[in-house]
This record gives sequence, structure tokens and C-alpha cells, in this order.
Amino acid sequence: MQVYVRLFATLRRFVPEAKIGVTLSLELPEGARVRDVMAHYRLPEDEVKLAYVNGIYQEPDFVLHDQDEIGLFPPVGGG
Amino acid sequence: MWILRINMTDRTSKWEAVPERFRTLYGRALTSKIVAEEVPPLCHALGPNNKLVFSAGIVTSTPAPTSARISVGCKSPLTGGIKEANAGTSWGPDLASMRIRALIVEGLPQDTDKFWGTFIHWDKDAQKPVVEFFDASEYTGKDVYESYPMIYQRFEGRISIASIGNAGEYGYGNSGIVFNDQAKRPSRYAGRGGVGAVMASKRLKFIVLNEKGSPGVEIVDKALFDEGRKKMIDAIRTHPISKPKGGLNTYGTAVLVNILNEAGGLPTRNFSAGRFDGAPKTAGEAIFETNKERTGKEVYNHACSPGCIIQCSNTLFNPDKSERASCIEYESTWALGANLGVDDLDDIATMVHLCNAYGLDTIETGVTLGVAMEGGVIPFGDSKGAIQLIHEMGKGTPTGKMLGGGAEVAGKLLGVRRVPTVKGQAMPAYEPRAVKGIGITYATTTMGADHTAGYTICPEILGVSGKQDPLSPEGKAALSRAFQATTAFIDSSGHCLFIAFPILDIASGFEGFIQECNGVLGTNWSADDVVAYGAEVLKVERAFNEAAGIKAEADRLPEFMHLEPLPPHNQVFDVPDEALDSVFKEM
Repeated sequence: MQVYVRLFATLRRFVPEAKIGVTLSLELPEGARVRDVMAHYRLPEDEVKLAYVNGIYQEPDFVLHDQDEIGLFPPVGGG
Repeated sequence: MWILRINMTDRTSKWEAVPERFRTLYGRALTSKIVAEEVPPLCHALGPNNKLVFSAGIVTSTPAPTSARISVGCKSPLTGGIKEANAGTSWGPDLASMRIRALIVEGLPQDTDKFWGTFIHWDKDAQKPVVEFFDASEYTGKDVYESYPMIYQRFEGRISIASIGNAGEYGYGNSGIVFNDQAKRPSRYAGRGGVGAVMASKRLKFIVLNEKGSPGVEIVDKALFDEGRKKMIDAIRTHPISKPKGGLNTYGTAVLVNILNEAGGLPTRNFSAGRFDGAPKTAGEAIFETNKERTGKEVYNHACSPGCIIQCSNTLFNPDKSERASCIEYESTWALGANLGVDDLDDIATMVHLCNAYGLDTIETGVTLGVAMEGGVIPFGDSKGAIQLIHEMGKGTPTGKMLGGGAEVAGKLLGVRRVPTVKGQAMPAYEPRAVKGIGITYATTTMGADHTAGYTICPEILGVSGKQDPLSPEGKAALSRAFQATTAFIDSSGHCLFIAFPILDIASGFEGFIQECNGVLGTNWSADDVVAYGAEVLKVERAFNEAAGIKAEADRLPEFMHLEPLPPHNQVFDVPDEALDSVFKEM
């Protein structure tokens, strides 16, 4: 299946092609989870604070589906 | 310590002892208490009976980290209710260091042709501050980037300046009070609710401070204070959001653009959608990358005020390495970006700079322009047209003066139904239909729509202090109530609200925060006590609003948010009225 991934803030330094506003395409086996996306890009688990899948917050063991859009964030805050 | 009264009717000043009932009241707690006691709730906000009150926080001017906040209180010309707006600046610590617990500006002169300034400095011989007045008429009509350098030139030594821009002079509901940052920029705003117009109504243009020789703040239990301070510093320096080269120091508050966009809660084109395609171009990451490209180095952010160790204030540089704007906050890049359908970072920076120069609140300005775009004045996405309209506001053209009244006034003038305000104040950068708890805060806070009043975004979006589903209304009234009460205490402590990120996650940080306050005051407060203190502040503010005619019926979001589902989640604001009412009923 194919999913779409966006990396933000400090996570971009682990993936040189993750430029601002760029959505990465990723082929994953059926049944893959959010955690597998993090592993694919070699993102340290303790650096990833938040995963939004199709606009909804999900835990790392959330099972993905074809065409899902995933946004990964380190801890961020402001206001 | 003193209460200093400046009467602008006859330009006299009066020193009073701090009454016993104010013993532990500082910052927001004190400005709101004085406004509640002394301002008739039904008075005109720009009339002789309104008062403008300044007070620094409990730990302001001590070595407590990130604590240089100054609260400004009055009856708001924008909402008609009570107002407290605060800013980070050396002005707060300088006032506190001279042991002025509260500065109350009252009355107004018969002769409205002139503007005045006041200079407050420490008299070594008398061991007391002295107050002088000066004719400031020559500085009126100028923007604050013109007038500030003149004031720095006029007074010797290290001074701090509070002032108003053109927006205040015109009496706009959208006008702030500006304070200096660490680089003498007139850029730190107590921005919301029209406090600038209240200062201008009293024909007061500048309050200049020089604390040289002053004794500083007394600390009753130094050992306890130091223990608390160390815990606070450790918490701030270890939490990934607030630590050096962490999220805030690297990307500024604008780091939030992308996460709100992903979560479908970034208000877009006057609150008609929750996502904006151009959002990444307007975010903190884009500011950082643009600076790197233009300056050839990584630029980390700076402190807005003395003693801040978070240092989240950014600057956007031009290709020639000159400054284009400082600071571009999340709220500002959203209000003048996604909210207008604009993704040109340079144009957004120009708008931020113009708002600062003219004395406008960036949130109220952006939301007003969004309503104006909805009303057909200019199309969405027209950043050059938006820049022109801000100039009109600053120059006081007829169109500009009408827009200066704020978003709600603009909606009425233009026949627009989608007007995102509560109690007359424009909503900030979080969509209530996609983040229900913040909608409850917008609806119920005494301030009019205000995110800082009860920042439920922490658990709803950021995973700070746990993680809650932003789309669910369940339990959110209690969440908003708890955040509102805690915030009212933080606003009274003098700390920047951003200490909430580390202390909500790190228990020893929260403990240290309370120890600092106990150390300064000699109190023995527990965590429950400080929440009760905050709740009492809210009750005082609430009572003022009720007496001003702003009752529970005003604690509602605009109708369109109940009727129009917001993409991408296609949700309406479905928090029942009973839940909104329970925020204060059960406080």
C-alpha cells in the first residue's frame, strides 16, 4: 500500500529530502503501523512526540491504510 | 512599596501605601482587583472614569527565569468588559525594582490638543521614585519606530518605554500598548482589547522608566526562592519545547502552524476551512530556513525581555541581511497568513511590522481583514491589498478608521455573517470546531476570545499534560476551567505563560514555581492554593463583566460555528450551552 508522509521541525534533519511543504510517498506492506514509518526514516522513537494520521492523533501502533496521510512532529509548543 | 497614581486631569501624582488586602496581589490579580474596585462598570472606556493600571508579577525583577511580564488592566473599549493584557519587557522589572506595585493612570485633561509623557526615575537622596511630566505633542502622529529612537535620545541612561501608536491616538478598539524589547525595538505588545486607546484617551503618550539606583524586589525567604528557581531553570532547560535550541528557541511560536494545519484546526480564509495549502510557507520552519538562506547561518531566537532562558522571539531578515520584522509570532503569521489566504512570508512580515509600527494588535487586524475580504473589500489572497488597508488604518483614512474598530465592527459595516468574535474580540489561531476545549475558553473567558486565557491546546493538540481528543467535547469544560484558573495565577506571578510547557510535564518544575512565589512573599501556598488564587481572580473579573452587562448569555460562540461544518473534519461546535455555563458555575 501507499502512504504519504510529512515531517516537521527538527525531524526533517533525519531525512534530507523532507523539505518544507514536501509530501513523501512511501510503499509499505499491508498491516504496517505508524511505528514502521518512523523506522523506515530511522527517526529515533524518543524524538517523535506526535503522529497525526488524516488529521487525527494516533499512537505509534496504529495500523495504517492505503492512501493515509501521516504528519510526524517532535515536541512543539507556542501560542 | 507604593501604589502610584498619575492623574492626567491636572498632571499630578500621588503615592499611597499598599493596602493590606493587596498584600499578595500582583500582576493580573492586582490590575483586575483595582479595576473592579475603582472603575464604574458602565462607564465609557474612553471617558474620564476609566483607569489604566500597570502591575508587574510576584517574581518579576527577581532572578526567577522568564519572568519579566507586565500586566495592563482597564475596562476594554473593544469588549466593554474587564481587560488584562500582558507583555514581556524590561519595563515590568524596572517598575517593580522601584517598588511601584501598581501604577494607576486616571482622569483625562480638558485640553485634548496635547499629548504628554511621564518620566519616573529613582531619587537616591529621597530613596523614592519621582514623577516628572513632559510635553509629548511633538511625537504624536508618528509611528512608534519613528518616535522610540527620539525618546531614547531624549533621556540618558538605560530607560524602558511604554507607548502607544497611531491606532491608540485614533481611539481604535484595535490598539495596543507597546513596550521596548532588549534591542530597543518597539515590539513587545500588550496588544489586545484596545488598551492603547485607553492610554491615549488620557492623552498620555509615553511612560518612561529609569530604575537606576533602585533597591529591587524584596525576597522574604531567599533559600526557598533559590531552591524553587533552580527547579524552574532545570525544568525549562530540559523540556524539549523550551530548552536551548528546542522547538521555541529554534522555530519560535510559529512552529505551531504546521501542527494545527495537520490537525485540521488552522482557521483559513476567515474561518471557512481548517487547512491551508500554503501553511508550510508561513511556518516557523520556513522562517528559520529563509534566514539561513539569506544570512548564511542558522539564526536562533532571542529573548524579548531580561532573564528569559526560553528565548523564542524571532526576526525575519531580508536578502540584504537587514531586518524585515521582529517578532513574527504564530498568531501573527496565521492572522495575516492562512486567515487571509496569504502564503507570502515577506508580505506577512511586512504586515507584522506595520501593525507594530502603527500600534495595532496583529490578531484583531488579521481577523478584521479576513472579514473585510469576506465582505468583498479585497479578495482573499491579496496580500498587497491587505498591506494597503493596514496603511489606511495607520494613516487614519475613513476606511482605515472603520477597520480600526475591529472585526465585529467591520462585520456589521460590511453585512458579513461569518464574524469570528466573542464579546467583540477577534478569535485567535485555533478553530473551535476542530479543537473543542479552546472553543470553551474563547466562549467563557472574561477577556473576549483569547487563547492565552485557558490554553487547552496543550493536551488537545500538543500532547503536553497528557493527550485528549480535540474533536470531543467530553470533559472539556472542566479542562478549560482548570487551565483558566491556573493561567490567572501564572499571569499574576510575572512568569511568561510558556513556562506552562515544562511545568505541566515536569512535576519538580511546578513545585519550584510555587516555591519561588512563596520565597518572595513568605507565604506557604500549595498547588491547590495557587489554583484557588487564580479562580478568585476570575471571579473578580466575572463580577465586573456582569455589572457591565456582560452576563452568561455572552459566553457563546458565533452562530455560524454551530451551523457550518468545518472541513476537513466537517464538525460543528457541539459543546452544549450547559457545559459552557458550568465553567463558572462550578468554579
